[in-house]
Amino acid sequence: MSKIHVTTTVNGDAQEFLCEADETLLDVLRDRLGLTGAKEGCGTGDCGACSVTVDGRLVCSCLMLGAEAEGREVETIEGMADGEKLHPLQRRFIDMAALQCGICTPGILVAAKSLLERNPDPTEEEVRYWLAGNLCRCTGYDKIIRAVLETAAEMREAS
Amino acid sequence: MHYHAPTTLDAAVDILAGASGDCRVLNGGTDLLVRMHSDMAHPDAVVDIKRIESLRTITKEDGGWRIGAAVCGAEMGEHAGLVAAWPGVVEAAGLIGSTQVQGRATMAGNLCNASPAADSVPAMVAAGALARIVGPEGIRDVPVEEIPVGPGKTSLTPGELVASIYLPSRPERSGDAYLRFIPRTEMDIAVAGCGVSLTLDEAGAITHARVALGAVGPTVMLVPEAARMLVGSHLREGALQQLATICSAAAQPITDKRGTEHFRTHVAGVLARRAALIAYKRAGGTPE
Repeated sequence: MSKIHVTTTVNGDAQEFLCEADETLLDVLRDRLGLTGAKEGCGTGDCGACSVTVDGRLVCSCLMLGAEAEGREVETIEGMADGEKLHPLQRRFIDMAALQCGICTPGILVAAKSLLERNPDPTEEEVRYWLAGNLCRCTGYDKIIRAVLETAAEMREAS
Repeated sequence: MHYHAPTTLDAAVDILAGASGDCRVLNGGTDLLVRMHSDMAHPDAVVDIKRIESLRTITKEDGGWRIGAAVCGAEMGEHAGLVAAWPGVVEAAGLIGSTQVQGRATMAGNLCNASPAADSVPAMVAAGALARIVGPEGIRDVPVEEIPVGPGKTSLTPGELVASIYLPSRPERSGDAYLRFIPRTEMDIAVAGCGVSLTLDEAGAITHARVALGAVGPTVMLVPEAARMLVGSHLREGALQQLATICSAAAQPITDKRGTEHFRTHVAGVLARRAALIAYKRAGGTPE
């Protein structure tokens, strides 16, 4: 069967790829575009490790077909740092050791960035609900939540 | 598998109606792609309906709201007018899955997935919502409770799809609510759920009611006897107890890993009385 030709934007750059109809966006990012930051934890939308934004909306890339990305703007963890300069969330996660094995971290960072863009001053409860779809099996969430809240405070002061 | 992304409803219907083999509507994908990943679905083709502009909008129509089939839960929650008009329906849709799932999942998909535990469906049934079905024979508007006919099964015929959900106009002093029980606070499937929609008169007596239960039978069910009991009531303790008794009696649950028959039967009544109180307050009533 002939592959589908898709033209899209990934992290601000025009991208073209060929994919099978049943390939997910996650498969395309990892296996065709070499963007391996998004992880497949479950493949069923439960764990959030594959989180990306599509046209500014946070989604699980495992629950979207690659073909659906036609004409869309996809943002992944690879687009989060500005060159060598880490995003404040990335820096805080390192400073506060808000990760252990790192599998969930790209998804959590992408999700947290999406939250702070919509709500620069979230309560702890809002952060916990927003990130409820990002599972971490190592740290127990507390450091993650605190890192997001402290980054939010830092970004508010900086702006 | 073939992937189709038509930009008009007519084209989508043509593809669905003309398909040989297993051709599925791909809406938010939060059920279909999970099923494909889990080797439980092997469609020959999918028809992605999200490129059809008319299915992506929330519009006011005859005093009510028409929600396009491809509108996701997050978009509903961000729509101030819809939230003000039908808070219970919006909350119910917003309970489905995570933030990520909310960015994709739709009420039309939730309805057509036909899970008895679908959170948005009891709220839509209580709201008296109509599903607009488009197919080779044209358009028909059907009460949402007539769409699911069993777990995973709908009354749609080949070539048909749900194009929108219509939440009707309702009088002043109306309110709705949906509650579900899950063993944790987020990211779970309803053990039992209840949607209630009420309209009050100026003295606070209920003049119109609809009550629907989820996850306690093969399909979401309307409970007309609960509505009949509520009409005329001021939702005092006696009425709340009767409501709980009627809803528990109407529940026909199974025992499975999420809950026992006994527990679900009880919780259906508890949720009904709590949801009714919220709906009553939203309608401007002051419960005693």
